[in-house]
Amino acid sequence: MTRKFKTNNEANGVSGSGRGSSRAVYLDNAATTAVDPAVLEAMLPYFCDQFGNAASIHHDFGCQAQQAVQNARGQVAGLINANAGEIVFTSGATESNNIAIKGSAEKLRDKGNHIITCAIEHKAVLDSCKYLETRDFEVTYLPVDSLGMLDLAQLEEAITEKTLLISIMAANNEIGTINPIAEIGALADRCKVLFHCDATQAVGKIPIDVQECGIDLLSLSAHKIYGPKGVGALFIRRNRKENRPAPLIHGGGHEKGYRSGTLNVPAIVGLGRACELCGENMMRESERLGKFSQKLLRLISENVDHIRINGHQENRLGNLLNITFEFVEGEGVMLAMPDVAVSSGSACTSETLEPSYVLRALGVPDELAHGSLRFSLGRFNTEQEIDLAAQSVIRAVKKMRDLSPLYEAAVIHDNDEFRNSNEESITNEEIRNPKL
Amino acid sequence: MQYSDEVMNHFTNPRNVGSLDEKAADVGTGTFGSPACGDVLKLQIRVDGQGLIAEARFKTFGCGSAIASSSLLTEKITGKTLAQALELSNKEIARELQLPPIKVHCSVMAEEALKSAIEDYQAKNARHSGGGL
Repeated sequence: MTRKFKTNNEANGVSGSGRGSSRAVYLDNAATTAVDPAVLEAMLPYFCDQFGNAASIHHDFGCQAQQAVQNARGQVAGLINANAGEIVFTSGATESNNIAIKGSAEKLRDKGNHIITCAIEHKAVLDSCKYLETRDFEVTYLPVDSLGMLDLAQLEEAITEKTLLISIMAANNEIGTINPIAEIGALADRCKVLFHCDATQAVGKIPIDVQECGIDLLSLSAHKIYGPKGVGALFIRRNRKENRPAPLIHGGGHEKGYRSGTLNVPAIVGLGRACELCGENMMRESERLGKFSQKLLRLISENVDHIRINGHQENRLGNLLNITFEFVEGEGVMLAMPDVAVSSGSACTSETLEPSYVLRALGVPDELAHGSLRFSLGRFNTEQEIDLAAQSVIRAVKKMRDLSPLYEAAVIHDNDEFRNSNEESITNEEIRNPKL
Repeated sequence: MQYSDEVMNHFTNPRNVGSLDEKAADVGTGTFGSPACGDVLKLQIRVDGQGLIAEARFKTFGCGSAIASSSLLTEKITGKTLAQALELSNKEIARELQLPPIKVHCSVMAEEALKSAIEDYQAKNARHSGGGL
């Protein structure tokens, strides 16, 4: 059984041998990642062999499971410079965010009813806050500038005597912009307000130190860092007992009462191993993926005109690129390049038929949000895949522009005017216009 | 989005992509949608001496189903009289392409662009020669 799994992993090319040619290049690692074979290997014994309930510590089966969970707790804590006792396992970052926000609100409702967050947070944060608004809490949604950056002065101004929680993400999932979390943590500490940080996209990619950054609550997820889906963790700072969130799930008092329910031992073991691998490889990996994403951007911008980069150019996750291709619609472009898997901020890819709320918050006009693609690179991408993806993107955008009445009207009929505006729209990149 | 084979067929090999001379008397142009909404369909028809649609051309900014709807529309109206073309409803396009409910508006756009192209042709020819249906 074990051998069969390993063979499949090797076939996936994750050991560096490259994927089969029929498989698309996967550049959607901000959505989810493949499980690292080393993670799977660590998990496998905990399904059929060491299957014990981590709460059944009166026999060996349970003890083995409990030990594995404790080991994973240490591995998760190690990645963010926390203590093992400060890690609570959850079903993922959505649940972690829910506990952090709704649990803190419930616990601290005598102290205040005000929460501060930001317009471009993940929906798990925004929807938790919206729910609390129906329960007599007040929420300030801080705006961001055109690069997705918060204004710290504005954050400070928003804090009132009633503020009980600041919830700001470490790095944005659509544009990759990184927030100054150490400054936010210091401000929260000075104002005696709890600081929750959704670090789902940032952990494993940039160093996160909960001590240095003054983070009281931190959410993370396994499946964004080459671990399994359905498991995550919430860091809850130990030294503020009165501030710890109330549980959302009751029933047995597991995880010190913060999250009842039998622990998903194999998944937790996977999360632990995934965190450990990130700790070992982070610097090397982020340097490699940073180079790849720069190359991808260079190849695209050398061959496609009228593009715009969304989000901050330097202050962002190195593995993530969000590019608007003017005059085309993202879903169409994606459909025209079935050999590359990415995401789009287009309305046509959302359930609601609304374009990306993140890009809207940056002030990106809807017509440009529709033409945005997010490329998020990951551990198993090869340079060859980046070259292939770039070619496919260039081809697909050209195909869709040949079909576009907007491109026809703006560029073919009125070339000079748009060429000028294009030069302003692209930052930090020397864009050549090889041919129109 | 999981599209039907019909959508993928039209998307991959769109029929009648292009533009006709907008100023020509025998050409009607209709545009529907807005860039901000994510869909713009430009449809052009050339009507021959017998009152038949001799040529239809489109350019579409939009998703796969918008492009497929446009492409299928041009196929369906070529060789038809304007009256016959106007009988074509979005439901027929949506049905043939098996559009998912959330994409049915793409077929509505095709129908609207067609109406607008026919109106444009009729307006031009009412002015010039009084031609029409």
